[in-house]
Amino acid sequence: MKYNTAKRHLREGSKNIFRNGWMTIASIGAVTVTLILVGVFLAVVFNLNQFASNIESDVEMSVYLDPTLAEDQVQSIQDQLESIDKVGSVTYSSKEEQLNQLMEDMGQTEWDLFEQDNPLSDTYIVKTSDPHDIASVSDEISKLDGIDKVDYGQGTVENLFAVNKYARIIGAVLIVGLVFTAIFLISNTIKITIIARSREIGIMKLVGATNSFIRWPFFIEGLLLGVLGAIVPVALVLGGYYYLSNNLTDNISIGFVEILPYAPFAFQLAGILLAIGAVIGVWGSVMSVRKFLKV
Amino acid sequence: MIDMKGVHKTYSNGVTALNGVDVHIDSGEFVYLVGPSGAGKSTFVKMIFRGEKPSTGIVKVDNKDLSTYKERQIPRVRRKIGVVYQDFKLLPKLTIYENVAFALEVIEESPKVIRDRVMEVLDLVGIKDKARSFPDELSGGEQQRVAIARAIANNPKVVIADEPTGNLDPETSWGIMKVLEDVNSKGTTIIMATHSKEIVNTIKKRVIAIENGRIVRDEAGGDYGYEI
Repeated sequence: MKYNTAKRHLREGSKNIFRNGWMTIASIGAVTVTLILVGVFLAVVFNLNQFASNIESDVEMSVYLDPTLAEDQVQSIQDQLESIDKVGSVTYSSKEEQLNQLMEDMGQTEWDLFEQDNPLSDTYIVKTSDPHDIASVSDEISKLDGIDKVDYGQGTVENLFAVNKYARIIGAVLIVGLVFTAIFLISNTIKITIIARSREIGIMKLVGATNSFIRWPFFIEGLLLGVLGAIVPVALVLGGYYYLSNNLTDNISIGFVEILPYAPFAFQLAGILLAIGAVIGVWGSVMSVRKFLKV
Repeated sequence: MIDMKGVHKTYSNGVTALNGVDVHIDSGEFVYLVGPSGAGKSTFVKMIFRGEKPSTGIVKVDNKDLSTYKERQIPRVRRKIGVVYQDFKLLPKLTIYENVAFALEVIEESPKVIRDRVMEVLDLVGIKDKARSFPDELSGGEQQRVAIARAIANNPKVVIADEPTGNLDPETSWGIMKVLEDVNSKGTTIIMATHSKEIVNTIKKRVIAIENGRIVRDEAGGDYGYEI
């Protein structure tokens, strides 16, 4: 393609945006509405996913040591724990620290007498690199010598993992479904605007235009429709998420609820929306033209 | 310039439009194509710009058999031939200037050549002053002039006019004929399908009459030969 022809396609494609008036507005409207939906939904799902991951990463096990162990044996157990592949971190917590923690959690008064005769054991707090490995690692650790017992909230943790797993699957299915609906809706709207111009495409062919010569301006037009339609959703995501991340974290501190940080998440989300808009715009417009090129 | 040998055309719905057509048209000729509606005039002209493929037979334009062109080379055939339609077939969202320029853009002419040539042909058909208007702001006769300007813009060897005056009043029609004669006088072959007895009988040219898909009469300087 010659440089001048490329310039011509760019010019014609952009001109069509203005000359098709209401059709352009309808297409851009369809892109805008669906992308807002997709954007809000993606923000919610990604945050829920993050939330679930945060909870999972808090999963840890307490390895209670046999109270009769000597100090060097305690050290050797730490070495053994750290040598297990899937173990992420090992933290020592003496029985005094355990008691303090307990008193802090429960309220101090009733626990005073235990300070004389501490019934708790020295403990290692173990986290696995992947929280899902906790059960198998726990089995492995309980077989070591000098371990009293291992506790990671058996049962509860498995339930948590199962709930998270299904929540993720449902989220993924909904995202895919919504994106496909968006593709369908947008490309259909664009198709209608192009059907209205099928006669023009026929004329272009009769004048001796090749298929690609006809297609290029439509490609440009579709790209512009998609990008223009993405402007409002992108602005909404950037602005809305900024508002949320400032207000939600400051005012409503629900402790462990923490939304994904504004940068880079909001920018990634905006990028995704822009890409979806552009791809669908081009796809919808090129696919629709294809039908009329067989004159 | 144009040769047809044993051309038959049967459409997929079973209608036979051409039933054994043999014809030779020389370069620079002006030919009227006459005959009743449905006789095959439109199919005849479509054969030349590859609007339809013959069922059997050979169509040659400029000594090249059109069946040797592949589907994607058809645009190249059409660029050698300018076509003028009864309903003008202008692009409604492009200005007059852009409509004519389109025919030159498809052959990837440089912008300077396009600018000069478009104004030249618009001048030739006498509507240079309407270059910035859109088709629906023009009268039928003016739109047909634009269509002719577009058809001749890239200097085709053949201009096909399918009832170019069919939608125009008599006075406007004479103006269009004047333009077509001008184009013909510069050496362009013109094939014009028409129902206008007055035009054919006044501006004497070669007349080819088609009935039931066959050529029934072919005479230089002939009459229209049908009562309307």
